[in-house]
Formats: sequence, structure tokens, C-alpha cells
Amino acid sequence: MKSIIKIENLIFEYMGEEDQEPVKAINNISLDIEEGSFTAIIGQNGSGKSTLAKNLNGLLLPSGGTIYVNGWDTKDDEHIWDVRQTAGMVFQNPDNQLVSSIVEDDVAFGPENLGVEPALIRKRVDEALESVNMGEYKRKAPHLLSGGQKQRIAIAGVVAMRPKCIIFDEPTAMLDPRGRNDIMDIIKELHEEGITVVLITHFMDEAVRAERVIILNKGTVLLDGTPEEVFKEHELIRSVNLDVPMAVELGARLRSRGIHIPEEVVTIEEMVEFVCQYK
Amino acid sequence: MSIQVRNVSHIYSKGLPDEQLALDNINFDIYDGEVVGIIGHTGSGKSTLLQHLNGLLKPDEGTIIIGDVDITKAGVSMRDIRRRVGLVFQYPEYQLFEETVALDVAFGPKNLGLRQDEIDDRVREALELVGLDYEEVKDRSPFDLSGGQKRRVAIAGVIAMKPQVLILDEPTAGLDPGAHKEIMQMIGEVHHTENNIIIFVSHNMADVAELSDKVMVMDRGKMITVGTPAEVFTRRNRLAAIGLDVPPVTEMMYELKDRGVEVSTNVLNLKDAEEELYRYLRGKKAK
Repeated sequence: MKSIIKIENLIFEYMGEEDQEPVKAINNISLDIEEGSFTAIIGQNGSGKSTLAKNLNGLLLPSGGTIYVNGWDTKDDEHIWDVRQTAGMVFQNPDNQLVSSIVEDDVAFGPENLGVEPALIRKRVDEALESVNMGEYKRKAPHLLSGGQKQRIAIAGVVAMRPKCIIFDEPTAMLDPRGRNDIMDIIKELHEEGITVVLITHFMDEAVRAERVIILNKGTVLLDGTPEEVFKEHELIRSVNLDVPMAVELGARLRSRGIHIPEEVVTIEEMVEFVCQYK
Repeated sequence: MSIQVRNVSHIYSKGLPDEQLALDNINFDIYDGEVVGIIGHTGSGKSTLLQHLNGLLKPDEGTIIIGDVDITKAGVSMRDIRRRVGLVFQYPEYQLFEETVALDVAFGPKNLGLRQDEIDDRVREALELVGLDYEEVKDRSPFDLSGGQKRRVAIAGVIAMKPQVLILDEPTAGLDPGAHKEIMQMIGEVHHTENNIIIFVSHNMADVAELSDKVMVMDRGKMITVGTPAEVFTRRNRLAAIGLDVPPVTEMMYELKDRGVEVSTNVLNLKDAEEELYRYLRGKKAK
């Protein structure tokens, strides 16, 4: 598989308090993100996950090492707009991402700035709004929508720019459970349509829906693999103060009491399937 | 100390085209020392109700009696109500404004007109109660703290007023799992120490199940159900009809039951689920 994002020995430092040594938020990370894949990146606050996300489309530039997006070095000024058009970004707070007073104008903002022809913009905006199930709201004012609906508009704004990859930086953190489910369903659909998805989250039950899970701790990669491979290491995960998905925790507790639940059981659905064999 | 809410209705934009019945004939009682969780879909009237309980909004109809005072009567001193009922808004850390943590927490007590030594005592007590080290944080800028710490400072500011009723609107929204757990423990701790009434709104059903003595369910301005967590969360279909879930672990048991596995759905936390699955799976062989 071709990789769409290539991270080579990434270091990112920022200055702490005065007179102190710079702090390494990211300390030598190398990763490849394959085109068309769905990767979840989890970690505590301060683990470097949001810093990593912002490095992936050139919002922050590496202090050391290099990131290539679709072959372009993010430090290369000439191609920064190619980088951003390849890797779009959705942030945590929908209120900070909406710029217009009408939904469809807001979604058109990105393609307009790319210089897309007006007729084509119309088409792209309609398609983008359909892809987040917000077509019927296109003439509404964003501020009258719920948090989850606003976040869907923000996603449509990125989708309308036709990126190959979308980086979601804790997109559900401020939403209620229904809004959270809607967003996760949309992320899944976008992935099925072929978009590469990088999901930064601190919800384990969202991470288990990805194909690949990367756990960051103190600026380095602690674990990297399929959800099954990663969550097998539940003791290591807990030792860095992270939770494990509910089914993993339950499985571990039952195993310690002599019930043989396979370690591959990481989602609720898998737990239900497993128990059903015994009916 | 108790709260009696009788026939309370509230209409937004009364007389205008977008008039909306936000609270529709609400009735309930809350007794001394109870922890009450309020659940409801976005727009169900939860926040409107909370704002009535400390006098920020007045009902169009009905009465709210807190202790022995009817706070809906004309001429009631607002300062008196706020002294009894402390409200912590959603994302309260956005309201921090002072130069130091100690000054921020002292703002409320100062406005109550307390003596300086009393204020200092309360600030220290409140900060310790929310789990912060007074000496370590008192002179720091609240803006240099982590998200979870900021929120605790904001909550300390309300606790320092020593309210008999502490109301929190989505106290864990937007926090990471570590900070989430800490705030939940902190609420339990505050309740244990102050033995006050605590009312909180949450979308996290696991939190509601764990912390509440009583759960109140709202839908479109109406109070649909009031009961213990066990009573409320055994009505999964009724909750689903108004867009609410049962705790994830309870949902899992319902799914098993739907598939014909003979397990109890009377499960509210991981420990219950562990016991129930252990009971079911022990000694069984896969077919």
C-alpha cells in the first residue's frame, strides 16, 4: 500500500517557562499512514496527540525530522496549500470553525478559496452536505443548529475541498451522545468512500472502531497495531493512566476469575457474540 | 433543607412568533442530602430548570420552595437565594478571570460581605475540597493550569460560598478520561464532606447511574420520570423513544437478552456485569 503521510523522526519542541529547557512534545516519532486507512491516535492530555495532528497538515512545523504529505515536505512553503488540500482538518469545537451565517456559504468557503469554478462549487457543496446528512439545512443559520449538527457542517466544509485525507482532532469531545454517534457514523462512511481517516480521540470506544490504533505517551509511540493487538496490552495501557474499552476491561476481569474469554474480544459486539455461543 | 417544585412552567419569547414552552408543569421534591442526576436530550429543558432553581430565571407559573423560602415570590433577595443555591455552569473554566487562583475563588465569598479571615479560610477549604494543594496553586494564574484543574478552581469558587444546594450543569463535559474520573470523585467527596444537596445534569449515563440517589428524566419541557437509577434504567425502550440511552454496560446486557441469552438486565455498572456474566458463563461449554 502507498503511504499518504510519512513521518520521519519527528521532534516537536516548544518553549516552557522562561529560562527553562524547551519541552519535547513529540520525541522522535516515525510512522506511515497508508492511503485509504482508518487510524485512531489516543493518549492522555499532554501525550502529544494534538501536537502530532497539527503537524500532519503543516499547522505546526517540525523542530526536527520531516513529514511528507502525498510526497510534499510540510516545511516546503511552495506546497503548503497542496499539503492542506490533501490533508484537511476538523477540530474539537465546532463554534470555532464556522465562518459564515448561512450553512451552504460556510461549506463553500474552502472550495472558493481554492479557486474552484462557481458551477462546480455548487455541486461540491451539495454533495458535501449530503455526505453529512445535512442537505436540508443548507439555507439555515449555523448558530441555530445543535453542536453535533454544527460539527457536521464543519466536516462538510472540509469534504467540499476534496481532501484525500481528513484529520479529526477530538471531533466529538464537546458533543452529547447522539451527536457523538452521528459523527462517528459519518467518519466511518467517509472512510468507506476511500478517504484516509486519522482520528485523534480520548474515547476508547471510538478507537476500537478504527483499523489501526496508535497510543501515544509522553511524546512517543507506546503501542501501534490493530485494536486487538493494542488492547491485549491492557495492563500497560492502564499503567500510563489510560482507560481500556469496556469490553476489554470486562474480559480481563472475567479471565482473572477463570472464564476463558479470548483477548481478541475488544468491542461490545464481539463480547455479545462471544457470550451468545453459550446459549 | 428540601426543595419543592410545584406546577412550574416557563415560556421563552412569550407573545412572540417563536414562543416556546420550555418547562411544562414541572413537579418534584428533593430531600436533604440527596444527589440528583437530571437527564434529557439536548433542548429538553434541563438547563432552563437549573436556572430556575437559583433564581436566574423566574417561572411564568408555579412555585419553587427552597428550605422555607418561596424563591418565586416578589421581593425575595437574590443574594439570599444565591447564598443557598450555588450553580456551576457548563464549561465553568471559561469564567475564570482573576490574576491568581486564590483571588478567583475568593470572589464569591467577598461578594457575600464576609470578613477577610473568613474569606481566606473558605478559599483554602474549598481548594482542598476540590483536590488541589492550596499552597501550590494559590498564587498561580488560573490560566496556567490544566483543563481539569481549571474546572476544579471554578467549582471551588462556588463551593466557597457554602451553598446548601450545589448544582452542576454537565460537570464533566469535554474532559479527558483521567480528568473526568477526578471530577466525578471530587463531586462524591464534596457531597460526603458538606452533606449538601447536589443536583447535576449529565449526558453520561454511567456517571448518572453511579452517583445519583434519584434520577429525573426530562423530555420537551416535561418531567417524564423520577426514580432510582435502577428504576429509571430498566425502562430502556421508554428512554430510547425520547433519544436517551441506558449506561453502555446496561445496553450490552439488553443486547444479550434480545439475542436470547438468559441474563438479568438489572445491571448498572461494570461490577454488576462482571458478576452476572460470571454467573452465566461459569461451568458452561460453547455449543
